[in-house]
Amino acid sequence: MTDTLRIRDLDKRFGGGRGLLGFGKEKPSVHAVQSASLDVARGQTLGIVGESGCGKSTLARMIVGLLPPSAGTIEIEGVNYAERAGRDPAAFGKVIQYVFQDPLSSLNPRKTIRQILEAPLKRLHRMPAEQRAARIAEILDAVNLRPEFLDRYPHEFSGGQAQRIGIARALAAAPRILVLDEPVSALDVSVQAQVLNLLSQLREEFDLTYLFISHDLAVVEAVADRVAVMYFGAIVELAPAREIFARPRHHYTALLARSAPVVGRPLAAPEAADAELPDPLNPPPGCAFARRCPAATEICHRTKPPLEDHGTGHHAACHHPAR
Amino acid sequence: MSVAASLRLFARNRLAAAGGVLLVVVVVIALLAPVLPLADPYAQDTANKFLRPFSDGHLLGTDHLGRDILSRLIWGTRLSLVVGLVASFGAAFFGSTIGIVAGYFGGRVDNWLMRGIDMLMAFPYILLALAIVAALGPGLVNALIAVSVVNIPFFARNIRGVTVTLAHKEFVDAARLAGMTDLRIMTSEILPNVLPVIVIAMSTTVGWMILETAGLSFLGLGSQPPVADLGSMLGEGRNALITDPHASIIPGLMIFVIVMSVNLMGDGIRDALDPRLRSGALTRPMARTTVDRDSVPEPPADPALLDLQDLRTEFRVGKRTLKALSGVTLQVRAGECLGLIGESGSGKSVTALSVMGLVASPPGVIAGGAVRYAGQEVLGAPFSELRKLRGDRISYIFQDPLATLHPLFTVGDQIVEAIQSHHAVPRAEARARALALLEAVRIPNADRRMDDFPHELSGGMRQRVGIAMALVNEPDLIIADEPTTALDVTVQAQILALLDDLRRERDVAILFITHDFGVVAQLCDRIAVMYAGRIVETGPTAEILAAPAHPYTRRLIACVPELGGGRRELHAIPGLPPAVDDLPDGCAFAPRCDKATEACRRGEIALEGFGPSRALRCLHPEIAPEEARA
Repeated sequence: MTDTLRIRDLDKRFGGGRGLLGFGKEKPSVHAVQSASLDVARGQTLGIVGESGCGKSTLARMIVGLLPPSAGTIEIEGVNYAERAGRDPAAFGKVIQYVFQDPLSSLNPRKTIRQILEAPLKRLHRMPAEQRAARIAEILDAVNLRPEFLDRYPHEFSGGQAQRIGIARALAAAPRILVLDEPVSALDVSVQAQVLNLLSQLREEFDLTYLFISHDLAVVEAVADRVAVMYFGAIVELAPAREIFARPRHHYTALLARSAPVVGRPLAAPEAADAELPDPLNPPPGCAFARRCPAATEICHRTKPPLEDHGTGHHAACHHPAR
Repeated sequence: MSVAASLRLFARNRLAAAGGVLLVVVVVIALLAPVLPLADPYAQDTANKFLRPFSDGHLLGTDHLGRDILSRLIWGTRLSLVVGLVASFGAAFFGSTIGIVAGYFGGRVDNWLMRGIDMLMAFPYILLALAIVAALGPGLVNALIAVSVVNIPFFARNIRGVTVTLAHKEFVDAARLAGMTDLRIMTSEILPNVLPVIVIAMSTTVGWMILETAGLSFLGLGSQPPVADLGSMLGEGRNALITDPHASIIPGLMIFVIVMSVNLMGDGIRDALDPRLRSGALTRPMARTTVDRDSVPEPPADPALLDLQDLRTEFRVGKRTLKALSGVTLQVRAGECLGLIGESGSGKSVTALSVMGLVASPPGVIAGGAVRYAGQEVLGAPFSELRKLRGDRISYIFQDPLATLHPLFTVGDQIVEAIQSHHAVPRAEARARALALLEAVRIPNADRRMDDFPHELSGGMRQRVGIAMALVNEPDLIIADEPTTALDVTVQAQILALLDDLRRERDVAILFITHDFGVVAQLCDRIAVMYAGRIVETGPTAEILAAPAHPYTRRLIACVPELGGGRRELHAIPGLPPAVDDLPDGCAFAPRCDKATEACRRGEIALEGFGPSRALRCLHPEIAPEEARA
């Protein structure tokens, strides 16, 4: 099976650069994503998990071409798009689309649903009017929305409906890959399940490949084939979904799994109170998690562990992987 | 947000409407100037100079060259209005273009453009206008250009600010991915959203620009004789101000009338278009929620620490009444943790805020029921009593500590203030107590952190400060409204563990509001499930989670994905919760419930005892009352 999406050593630094006139002292920079490499096979869902500030949204925005990477390649169906990132979003738009976290702020409040859904058909595919109408009807039906919604404005919809419209817009571009950035975290649980089930139907129906970003481990586990865990800008663990939470190798993944509130598990602080993320402007030399890690030894503070295969496609970046 | 609604709002503002009417009259007269039977404004008749108003053939008299003032006034008004409007369109066009481009592209483009604007602003504006006119030569068109240029910074800065927020909205990213070019995004995505701001800015500056043009004409730099606008008429009349005041007073009055009517109308337009003002941001909320109830329920037989009895809170917006709470009854006993769980819009936050009368009023009104703290009714008590309870006996923890902590004071000072506003203790003692509390909520290096500002702390640390502030006066009850929702899971776990320890150490009761079953299961002794402003089920946590009796509870629990379940189809509840201004009769969940019958859609279904320790509002429970035990 060929990989639909293959990214290699994708890197993003923010800041740096110089002042207004192009000279002067270099400003401090933040290494937001550190040489991320991922493959996603056609028709699969890759989950990306991490806490706020771990770089998962930056990674996603680079993959859809909204943010130019500092280094690395983005191959979609064998073609490298990295050069065009940030410059030609339309080239990306035809093969990869984004579904945003906040459904309402992702829809222009002054446009009708019809105008919103027509934009990708007009601009990306130059489709004539009657074909557009047919295509919109088809997509609207696929996301279970009624055709009379087309002439309404976004504020007339609930969160769940607005998110379906966001998904419909992404589908209208007829992409191969959808990047779903926390698509359900702004929704209530009862609606969340509706949207997740819809997404899994659409994946079959339109032969899509998903990149599913979330902070909610249980949601990711329910939808993903493989899961990548990010911490402080780097992928620290990458494994099949059922493996990764059942037998986490990286201690950070284990901590995440322990922290999720679960019915029937007694309450206990999984770690000490002073556990905090390292300073991004002044990153530690070794493993970024070492200061919070129960298994950390001297080597962890000195050298950064590489992401290595620990058997059966279970990759982890840890000097002392958990058993 | 319809045009009709905006018009209605505008008309409601009497002053603005009066200004509008006056302006329309002035504009119509000015427009009709060519067809009105007016004297020739340029016909000189020096024999009849400075005729008084109401003289024969000259209703408003004549000026120093014997020209008819009425005719000159109307033609001059016409000119002044045109110049003012064109200048403001010019300033709006160029200013908004600069603002949108700078705000959209950001970075270096923004820097260069805005520094240019700053330079324009560094000159006093009248000096700048004079310099421009001096360079271009006097004349009305040049005065117009000068006034336009001088006003560009105002538009550019205003519009840039709005555009910066819009340019980072997700719909702009989506437009890029939909293949739109930058130019198209600016014109079709950004512009429609900044247009109201441009209109508001224009309506508030037209008057000002008319004045500035009149000023330049007054100095002889605008319209050149014999053509006159209002400013040059004023300038010409000035020489005879003492002997023949009417020649300058009449154009002066006209300027006053135009500018005032434009400004009044401009304010009206601003109020009608600004969504914040429309939703009543200017109506300052009162210090406590208005209470408008017919009767006070009898005190309960066994008073708990906190009793909510049939509490009904409404939002009265115009003709609509949104029933956020339609009869909430619950009890929190001393030292107990009650979890109030529900989806967004179910009324759980309104319940929390109603307890201490913190629902913003207007539009919030408590329309019925009672809140009793240790048996004593709170809603009807004098404000001084209520204020003593707030933050002292009953305190709050909110979702977003960054929004609830004051950004300009150190966290130590804020905790000290919370102590001193209730107890007369010396500052040193209050500070010592604040330090002890920060240590109690396990903030590392608490003595150093005391002097940090809220933005210097991480989200988890800020929420610890929020908890410390809630504990400051050793309250009996803490109302925690989604205190961990904004936090990451690992931080959430720490905060929950902390809250659990603190409540046992200090024997404080907690009303914990959340949408997360995992969280209530770990922290709470009892839970109450809310749906559409009512409690539908309540009882001990373990019993309800093991055997939910209300169909809504059962299906809501089933919706929550749990770790360890593997890849699967998730359970969903079809449909949406009802709108609170249009609640169905009977059970609000009936339209989404697969067990609903005719009886469910009629009358009021009461919250009744179910088993030994539970209560339920349902005709077709999922389990028999005998099974209602863990």
